[in-house]
Formats: sequence, structure tokens, C-alpha cells
Amino acid sequence: MSGITRRRFIQIGGSLVAAGAVPAAGLWPKIGYTADTVHLGLLHSLTGTIAIAEAALVDAEKMAIDEINAAGGVLGRKIEPIVEDGASDWPTFAEKAKKLLQRDKVPAIIGCYTSASRKAVLPVLSQSKGLLYYPTYYEGQEQDKHVIYTSQEATQSVIAAIEWLAKEKGKTFFLVGSDYIYPRTCNKIAKPTIARVGGKVLGEEYAPLGHTEFSSIISKIKAAKPDCIYSTVVGGSNVAFYKQLKAAGLDGTKQVLLSTVVSENEIDGIGKDNAVGYYACMGYFQSIKSPTNDRFVKALKAKYGQERVVGDPMECAYNSVYLWKMACERAKSFDVDKVIAASSELEFEAPEGKIKIHKTNHHVWKKVRIGRARADGQFDIVHESGMIEPNPFPKL
Amino acid sequence: MTLVQKHGEAAGHAATAIALLGIIPLALDAFWINLVGKYLAFAFVAIGIVLSWGYCGILSLGQGIFFGIGGYAMAMFLKLEASAPELPDFMVWSSVEQLPLWWEPFKSLGFTLFTILALPIAVAFPFSYAIFRKRVSGVYFAIVTISLALTVNVLLVGSQGETGGANGITDFRTLLGWDILGDGSKRTLYFVEALLLLAVMALAAALVHTRFGKLLIAVRDREDRVRFSGYDTAMIKAFVFSVAAVLSSIGGSLYTLQVGLITPGLIGAVASVEMVIFAAVGGRLSIVGAVLGALLIGFMKSYLSEQFPEFWLFFLGGLFIFVVVVMPNGLAGTLQRLVRFKA
Repeated sequence: MSGITRRRFIQIGGSLVAAGAVPAAGLWPKIGYTADTVHLGLLHSLTGTIAIAEAALVDAEKMAIDEINAAGGVLGRKIEPIVEDGASDWPTFAEKAKKLLQRDKVPAIIGCYTSASRKAVLPVLSQSKGLLYYPTYYEGQEQDKHVIYTSQEATQSVIAAIEWLAKEKGKTFFLVGSDYIYPRTCNKIAKPTIARVGGKVLGEEYAPLGHTEFSSIISKIKAAKPDCIYSTVVGGSNVAFYKQLKAAGLDGTKQVLLSTVVSENEIDGIGKDNAVGYYACMGYFQSIKSPTNDRFVKALKAKYGQERVVGDPMECAYNSVYLWKMACERAKSFDVDKVIAASSELEFEAPEGKIKIHKTNHHVWKKVRIGRARADGQFDIVHESGMIEPNPFPKL
Repeated sequence: MTLVQKHGEAAGHAATAIALLGIIPLALDAFWINLVGKYLAFAFVAIGIVLSWGYCGILSLGQGIFFGIGGYAMAMFLKLEASAPELPDFMVWSSVEQLPLWWEPFKSLGFTLFTILALPIAVAFPFSYAIFRKRVSGVYFAIVTISLALTVNVLLVGSQGETGGANGITDFRTLLGWDILGDGSKRTLYFVEALLLLAVMALAAALVHTRFGKLLIAVRDREDRVRFSGYDTAMIKAFVFSVAAVLSSIGGSLYTLQVGLITPGLIGAVASVEMVIFAAVGGRLSIVGAVLGALLIGFMKSYLSEQFPEFWLFFLGGLFIFVVVVMPNGLAGTLQRLVRFKA
């Protein structure tokens, strides 16, 4: 064969051997913690379809780690994050969680965004006796002993939102959601709540995930003329949904629409103009006025740029690192069982105000707020609840 | 014609056997053995693609469908065992009150295994025969299959009460009471999978060396001449396509066992194209190459994404371009050239 000389063969062979030696370096396990460092796993999608919403969580977590390290670390050790990419692919989440727990021996992971990725990680957690802090609002119906859920579960936001809407905006509702577990569960909670406050459900519609054609749903809404639309349309579908609503004359000045899944980060993707005037119910808004939040937002912008916005999941991701640190200090140990035990009734002064881990159910006591989207993509907070007890398994 | 060249293929199979049964289990710990098990599941698919694409010229971008048949069948059986006597959890969340009728038979392992082997044939054979009879081939066949993969993906995601939707089916740990998550059982599973793969490799190699194997190549190179010689080329193509489908399905079922979950992402267009890349990188004319490609890409994905969590896709993309441009016959083709040169 022509192209290859003996010399070239040796070159190729040599580089193959060299290439083999590099990977070997990564094959051996690291140690979870030493006298001066402790590893913390950060597991989110940095690539793939969900990355647009999820990658920012890593930034907030890294900022919390930097702050804690600057203040002396946790139990005298500096936190070293190990970042892994879940790649928006659920089996990859399971693989990376296993890698973090079994090879890096991290005492805890902050991670996941979608419920699917969390569900994929659960068996790994129970097998490797790991600990996951899950920083995203989600549908509830779960209480794994290896997970601390640091955002609001569905009842916390849905019940508060429906009660507020019924009191302030009217009693007829139209429920729209993506065909996914979160919207379906939220509506399962919303319906009995609407009945309880004396309201009426005029329609309930689901669009496939990622759907961009809402004209038939919108014409049903127009025919039903509800006082309020409760929306759990997720992700990129919202761009189409909001635009088409606006085109149909149902913009934020004429129609009340409240979503429990659209935070400032989503509005960044949806487009500020399309979301103006619509409501959202969240635990955290960037516009919360408090010294803690001012400091938090300022630090984040100083670190990542003035144009960055902070949404609820980012704040919960930030809180998660602190909740873990405080639980370790209370337990005086990185041992998972001890940290979980020490987490019970742990309080933290978060940017959103005081939050408290529930005594038994691994979720968080917190306030929720209702905000109305402004033209600049921020929310005017129009309502703030009292502290709401998490109740992942509601009796409906 | 030297000794090395003559026995090159046999040597490749032997080396694979030594690596899979000897070196890998001895050199790696339970974590990596499990990952290799995951990569090997794709090796079954890649062998199927070598047979159908490399030898017979049928480019299918829908192998994920068959991977999904095997994967979901196995997952349904495991999920029913895990949740018995209750309904699987995702059905409860979606307000499904009663086990759907088509789930019932998956309570039996025998039926499940039968489905894994028979359903891909029942789907692939009539479908592809009808298409090949119409003399649809090449790019058009690839388009038909990739559209099917997309459709099946949408269907699975859309009917979440019965299929687990976008989440897929997850959270099961026993097979007939045997814990499949522990390190020991992962090892056993790995050996079962490796032996099965070696058997499939041997059978596939035997197939291409028969008269029928020559016929496959003839169909690939000049289908019209084979047809004029009196052969039913549609039948030949449908047969080899079905073989590839069964291999995909077996791979899928082993994937579910190794990874502990199955998701619709593995059935879609992207996953299906990726499976073809395994074969292209390994060498589409080499059965050993297919296994090598699946192992190499699987490993690169795990390793690069650990080392460069934000940029790993660029490296992987670069690797694909490099292989396609510099090594048109994949790794196996290049190795063959090197060996020939040395000898």
C-alpha cells in the first residue's frame, strides 16, 4: 500500500500509544474528601435540548461554592466542584451520577432539572447510598430518602396560585399544559382546588411536548371565554403559545394567564414582548426587594455579566449548596445518613427569604409569590404568601 | 497473501474474545465493566448494520426502532415485576387505572424473550419486503426509516400513561428475584452479554462467508444483475434487514439490563444515526470493526464528557469527521492496511 511508509507507521503507532496513556489517567478513582478539600458533584445538562434552561444552574452553584470557600469552606475544607454533563439524556444522567458517587465518592450531588433525569438517577442513589439536592420546581408525588427537594413541589405553587386567581381575577378557568407528567399532576391538584373555591373548569387541553401549533387550543379558549388561563406549557412551546395568544387578541392586557413554569430565565428565551402582562407563580423572583437578594443578584451579575437574569431554579440551586454545607456542619460529618438527619428543620436565610427543610418529608417550607411580567422581562410582585408547608402526597 | 492476512479475520475475532473475556474483566473495576456492558449493547446493533449496510448496501437510519422494541419489552417485564401487585408508578401518575391489555403478556419472561426475538422480524420483514419490492432503496429507504424512527419516538412520548412518556421506563432492580443492580450481578450480566456477542460475531462472520454472503455483496454492487439472474433480491434484502433488526432488538434488551432504564431518546432519529456512526467508525465491512467502533465511541463519550463537560461534543464531532475523511473504511480498514504494509 502506497500512502504509508515505515516511518509513518511508527509515528501512528507511537501516537496511538500516547493517546492510550492519556485516558488511563482518568480511569482511576479520586478520593471524596481529604484533609483540606471536599468534592461536590454538579450534575446538569450542559449540552442538548435542556441545556438552555439548565446550564445556568451550574453558574449559581459555582458562585455559592466560591462564596463558601472564601468564608473558610465547609468543616475546614475547601469545596471542589466536579461538573458532569447529563447531556439532556436520561441514561447519561444515571451514568454520570454513578461516576460521581462510585468513583469520585462525592458526599453529595446538586443536580438534575427535568423530572425524567431525576427519576433516572434515583436507582443509582439508592444503590450507592448517595445524596442529591434537586433544585427545580416539580410535580411532587415523590419523597426519596436520598433526595432533598429544594424548590417548591406542585401543591405549594398551584394551590396558592388558584386561590389568588379566584379571589382577584375570576372563577372560571381554562387549563392548558404540555403533555407531560408535571402539567398533568398540576392540573390534578388544580381541579379540586378550583372546585373548593367555588370556581369552574371550562376546559383542559394538552399539547405534545415541543409542540408549536396552538391555534386549535386557542380557539377553544376564545370560545370558552375563561376569566383565567392556568398554563403549564413548558419549554420552547411557550414561544409559539404566547405569540399565538397575542395574535389572537388575548395578550397580557386583556387576558389573565398564570403559569407555574415560566421564570425570568424562560422569559429570556420566550422573548420579553411576548410575555408582558402574564402572571407567574414562583418561590423566587429577581425583583424581590431585600438586602440578601440585592447582594445575591449583584454578586451574580458581577461574576457572570450585567445582562444575566436570575430565575427561581438558579436561586434554589444556589440555596442547595448552602443547605448542604449547613447540614454537614450541623452533623459535623459528610456521612450521607448523618447529613440527611441533620437537614431536618434546617433553616437558611435565602435570597427569597427564610426557607426551612421540613421535619420529615425532605421538601422545603417556603413562601411563594405571584408576579406579573414587565416589558423588561422582570416581574412586578403582586402577591406574597405566608410560609407554605410542603405536601408532596396531597389528598385530593 | 501472507499468513497474517489470511487469518487476519480469525485473529480479530480471537483478539476480541481475549479482550472481552480476559483483559477487560481483569483490568477494570465494576464501574467500568458496567459501562463496557452498555457500549457492547450497541455492538449488536453495529454488527447488524455491518451486515445490512456494509455487505448489502441497505442504509437504515431507523435501527433505534428495533433497539427500542427489545429495550422496552425487557423494561416492561422488569417494571411489572418491580411494581407487582400494584400498577407501574408512571401509570398511576397519569391516572391510568387498569393495566393496559397489551401489557398483560409481559408478565411472563418467556413471552418477553419471544417478543424481543420475534417482533422485530414481524415488523421488519413485511415492511422492508414491501418497500424493496417497489425497488425503493438507497437514500429513499434511509429517509423512510428515519421518518419511522421519528414517528415511533413521538408516539412513545405522547402516550405517557402506557409507555412512561418522555421519562421512559425506569426504577426496577430484579430479574426473577435476582438483584440486577449489584456489582456481582453486573459482572455476571457482562459475561453473559460478552459470550452472546462473540456467538453473534461468529454467526455473522459465517454468514458472510457462505454463498449467501457473496450474494449479499452482489446485490449491493449490481442489484439488477442479480435480479436478472433469477434471484428475488427483495427477499434477500428483507432477510438481511430482518437479521439486523433482531440484532438491534437483542442489543436493546441488554441495554435495559445493563443501564437499568430505557427512554424514548434511544428510539429517535439522533440515536439511530449514531448507531450507523458506530459501524462507520469501526469499519462498515468488518464485524470486529463494528464491535471496536461501538466500544471506542462509547468510551470516548464517557471519557471526553468527564474531562471536558462543556466541549466534549466538539471533540466527538471532530473524531467522526477525521475518521470519515482519513479512514473511509473505518478503523478496521486502516488496521488491515497497516498489517498488510508491515507484512
